[in-house]
Amino acid sequence: MEPVVFDLQALNLNTILPMLMVLGGAVFILLIDLVKKLDKQFYVTVSSAFLLAAIYMLLDIHISGRGFFDVMLVDGIAVISQLIILVGSLLFIPLALTGFRFKEFKFAEYFAFFLFMVAGFQFMVSSDNLILIFIGLETGSLAMYALIAMHNRQKSLEAALKYFTMGAYAAGMYAFGSLIFYGVTGSIEIGTIKSVLEANNFEHLALVLLGTTFMIVALGFKLSMVPFHTWTPDVYEGASAPMAGYMSIVPKIAGFVVALRLFDFLAMADHGVVQMLLWVAAVATMTIGNILALVQDGVKRMLAYSSVSHAGFVMTAILMGTTQAHVGMFLYWALFMFTNLGAFAMLWISRHPSKQYDIRYDHPYTKFAGMVKIAPISAVMMGMFMLSLAGVPPFAVYWGKLYMISAAINSDHLYLALIMALNSAIAVYYYLKLIVFMFLKDPSQNDGTIYYTNGTFPLKLILTIAALFVIASIVTIEPLLGFIQDHVVASGF
Amino acid sequence: MDHILSFLIFFPAVAAVFGLLISNQSIKTYAISVTAIEFLVSLLLWSNFDMAASGMQFVEQIPLIESFGISYYLGIDGFSLFIVIMTTFMTMISIIGLTEERNLKNLLASLLILEMTMVGVFVALDAVIFYVFWELSLVPMLYIIGAWGSGQRIYAAVKFFLYTFAGSLIMLIGMLYIAYLFHQATGRWSFAITDWHLLQMPLDLQIWLFIALAIGFAVKVPMFPFHTWLPYAHGMAPTIGSVILAAVLLKMGTYGFIRFSLPIFPDASVYLMIPMAIIAIIMIVYTAMVAFAQEDMKQVIAYSSISHMGVVVLGTFALNSEGIGGSVFLMLSHGIISGALFMLVGVIYDRRHTKLMSEFGGLATVMPRYAVIFGIMLMGSVGLPLTMGFVGEVLSLVGFFKVDPIMAGIAGTTIILGAIYMLNLYRESFFGVVSNEKNKGLKDLLPNEMAALVPLTALVLVLGIYPKPILEPINKASGELVNFMFYKAKNSLESNERALMMYKNAPEGMTQHIKPTDIQKIEQSVVDHKATMARLYEYNTIFKGGK
Repeated sequence: MEPVVFDLQALNLNTILPMLMVLGGAVFILLIDLVKKLDKQFYVTVSSAFLLAAIYMLLDIHISGRGFFDVMLVDGIAVISQLIILVGSLLFIPLALTGFRFKEFKFAEYFAFFLFMVAGFQFMVSSDNLILIFIGLETGSLAMYALIAMHNRQKSLEAALKYFTMGAYAAGMYAFGSLIFYGVTGSIEIGTIKSVLEANNFEHLALVLLGTTFMIVALGFKLSMVPFHTWTPDVYEGASAPMAGYMSIVPKIAGFVVALRLFDFLAMADHGVVQMLLWVAAVATMTIGNILALVQDGVKRMLAYSSVSHAGFVMTAILMGTTQAHVGMFLYWALFMFTNLGAFAMLWISRHPSKQYDIRYDHPYTKFAGMVKIAPISAVMMGMFMLSLAGVPPFAVYWGKLYMISAAINSDHLYLALIMALNSAIAVYYYLKLIVFMFLKDPSQNDGTIYYTNGTFPLKLILTIAALFVIASIVTIEPLLGFIQDHVVASGF
Repeated sequence: MDHILSFLIFFPAVAAVFGLLISNQSIKTYAISVTAIEFLVSLLLWSNFDMAASGMQFVEQIPLIESFGISYYLGIDGFSLFIVIMTTFMTMISIIGLTEERNLKNLLASLLILEMTMVGVFVALDAVIFYVFWELSLVPMLYIIGAWGSGQRIYAAVKFFLYTFAGSLIMLIGMLYIAYLFHQATGRWSFAITDWHLLQMPLDLQIWLFIALAIGFAVKVPMFPFHTWLPYAHGMAPTIGSVILAAVLLKMGTYGFIRFSLPIFPDASVYLMIPMAIIAIIMIVYTAMVAFAQEDMKQVIAYSSISHMGVVVLGTFALNSEGIGGSVFLMLSHGIISGALFMLVGVIYDRRHTKLMSEFGGLATVMPRYAVIFGIMLMGSVGLPLTMGFVGEVLSLVGFFKVDPIMAGIAGTTIILGAIYMLNLYRESFFGVVSNEKNKGLKDLLPNEMAALVPLTALVLVLGIYPKPILEPINKASGELVNFMFYKAKNSLESNERALMMYKNAPEGMTQHIKPTDIQKIEQSVVDHKATMARLYEYNTIFKGGK
C-alpha cells in the first residue's frame, strides 16, 4: 500500500479558515455548556464574535483558489455568497434576545446548531465538487430542521417534519442527478463535467438533460421554485419569524450559487433546452408566487409567497448568463436580505410567546390596523420595508430590480423584462395591503402594546440597521456593485 | 446659487422631519413658513434665471452609481422654471387654505414630503432620479387620500397607486432600453436626459419606446382611456389632496412628454402626432360631456380637469412653438385655476358636508364674496379673454390650427362645452333663491380662506391681462425645442445619407457581407427623417424667416 503523503502547503488551509472559525464557535459553545449553564446573552455574544471573526478572515486573507485536494474552490462568488451568509447570520442572531422568554433560546444546542448550519452553507458555496456541495447542503439543512422544530409549538413540529420530508426527497433527487453526471462524464467536479461535456459536444444529450432535470428539482425544493414551493408558507408559518426570514435568504443564496455553477454552462449551451426550462421555471415561480401572495390573510404567509416570487425574479439571472445578470443577482440578494430580515424582525417584535393573535394566525393583516396611530415609528419602518420589497424607489430592492431588468434588456430578453416589470406591478398590491392596514384603517380594539412587547434594545438595533440600509441604499450601491463586480468577474461568471 | 435646486428639493423634507418636534397648535404656522420660504427661494430662481441663455441652468451633477451611469443631475430651463414656481406656490396656498384638523402633523409632514418629490420631478435631468421622485410622489399622496379622504377613500387611494405604478413600470422598461441603446452607441452607461437627447434611432424603435414612455405619462395626465382613476381619487380625496393632485401631479405627465418624448423621439412624435391629437380630442369632448352629466360639484371640476389636460396634450403635439408654449402656459394656468376651484368646493363642503349641486341654490345671496371668486375662477376655467385660462388655451388651439384646422375646430368646442357645464354648475348652485333652509345661515369666506384665494384670483387676472413675463421665456424654450427636434432629424438624415453614400461608392468586394435588408432599413430611415423635417418645417414659422 502506498503511503499517503500530506503536504500542508498544498492543502491550502486558508480556504477553510472562515468555516473553521464558525465550527470552532459551535464546538466552543457545546464545551462551555458541559461545564456551566449560561444564559442566552452569553451565547448570542459568543456566536456573534465567531461570526465576526469569520467575516474578518474572509475579507482580510484574500483567499482564492483551490484547497483540500481540489475539493474546495474559493473564488469570487464563493466570497460574496459567504459574506451574504455571514452577514445575514450576524443580523439574525441578536434577534434571539427577545423581551419574552422563548423556550428554544434556553438551550446552548440552539446556537451550536445554528453555527453548524452556517458552516454547512459556507461549504456548500465554496466548492464545485458535487459531493462536498451535497454534504454542505445536508449539514445545513439538517441543522435547520432542528432549529425550526425547537420553536416548540405544534405548528413548528409540523413545519420541521414537512421541511425534512421535502428536503429528504430533494436530497434523493440530488443524488440521482449527481449519479447521472458522474456516469456521463466520469467526474463529480463541475469544472471537469463542463469541460468534458463541451469537448464531446453534449454527446449523451438525453442523459445530460435528465440529470439536469433531477438537479433542477433538487435545487428547486431548496429555492422554493414552482411547483416545488408548496412547503414554503407552512414552514415559514411554523418557524419563528426571524427563522423564516433567515430561511428566505441564506439557504437560498447558497442554492443560487450552486445553481449558478451548475446551470450556467448548461443554459448557455447551443441546444437551449436548459435555458428554456429555466425560463419557464423562473417565470412560473415569480408569477405564481405573486398570485398566491395576493390572496393571503396572514402577513407571514404573504411574505413567504413573496419570497418565492423574489427567488423566481433572481433565478432569471442564471438563464440570462451575462456578467451583468450575475452581478445583479448578488446585488439584489444583498439588498433583499436587509429588507426581508427587517420585515420579519418587525413581525418578531410583535409576537407573543404563548398567545396567538387570532384563531388562525399570529400576524393577520388586521393585527396591524391603524398601527401608525399607536406606534408610528414602527409603522413607518414596516411601511418602508414593504415599499422596498415592492420595488418603490429609492428603497433598497428597487435598485436590484432596476439592475436585473436592465440586465434582461441588455441580454435581449425583452419579454422576460416585461414579465418581470408586470410581476412587480402585481406584487405591489399585496405589499400595499399591509400599508393600507397600517396607515389608512382605524386601530382595532387592542391597546397597542402588542406591537412592541417583544422588543428589546438588540431587536430595535437590528431593525434600525435594516431601516437605515433600506433608506440610504442609494449611496451603498456604487461600492457594493464595485465589490460584487470585481469578484464575479474574477471567478469568470 | 450653486445648490439652489438641491435646497429646493430637500428643504421641505428636512423641514418635515423637524416638524415632528413642533407642537400641534403651531404646526400649521410652521408648515406655512416652510412653504413660504420654499416659494421665496423658488422666486430667486426666476430672478437669477438668465433669459438670454439657452439650455439648462443651475446645473448640479454628482455621480451616484458611476459604473451604471446614474448621477444626481439637476437643472432647469424655461419650461421647468415656472412649473417649479407654480408647485411651490400652490403648495403654500393649499396649506394656507387648509381647514382639516384631524392628525394635522402627519398630514403636513406628508405634504412637505410630497413637495420634495414634486420639485424633484421637475428639476431632475437624470432619468433614474426623475423616476425615483416620480414614484415616490405616489406614497404621500396615497396616505393623504387614504387617511383623510371620505367615502371609498381606500379604494380610491389604492386604485390611484396601482394604476400609476403599473404604468410607470412600462415607462421604466422604456428608459432602461434607451440607456441600453445609448450604451451600445457610445460604450458608456448614462441616464442623463441631455445625453439621451443626442441619441439617434430609427423610426420603428422610436415608436416602440415612445409608446412605452407615453403609457407612464398617459396614466398620470390622465389620458383617455387611462383616466378612470382620476374621478375616484378626486371624489374621495380631501380638499388639499385634490388641490395638489390637480394643480401639480397631473402636470408631471404632460411635462414628461415635453422633457422626454419630443426631444428624444422627434420622428416618432411627428409620426404619432395625429393619433395623440385624436386621443386628446376624445379627452376634450368626451370628458366635457361627462362633466355636464355630473351632479357632484367636485366631479364636474375633476372631469373638466381631464378635458383641459386634453388641450394641453393637443398643444404639445402641435409640435410648433405656439402650441408647445401655449400648452406649458396652460399647465400653469390650469394648475392655479383648478387648484382654486377645488379649494372653493372644499369651502362649501366644510360648511355643508355635501357637494351635490341639487343641495344648493342662491348661494350668491348668502355668500357674495365666495360667489365672486368662484365666478372669476369659473371664467378662467372656461377660458374667457383677460383671464389666465384664455392665453394658454387659445395658444394651444392656434398651434394645432396650423396642423389641422378641422381637428383644432373640434377641439375648440372645449370652450363652448366648458362654458356649458361650468355655467350650469354656477346657475344651479349660485343663482336663484335660497331654496334649501340649511343654506340660509352659511358664513362667507373666512380670513384664511380669503388669504388663500385672493392671491390666486389676482394672479388669474393679472397674468390674463399681461402674460408676457412668463410667456416669453416659455416661448423661447419651446422655439429651442422645436429647433432641436428639427436639427436632430436633420443630423440623423445626414448620417444615414453618408452611410448610404459610402455603401454605393465602396468597391464591390467590400459590401458583400452587408445584408440588403440593412440597406433598406437605412433607406427607410432617410425617408422617415425627411418626412419629419418636412412636417416640422410646415407647422413652424421659425424656419421660414419668422421670429
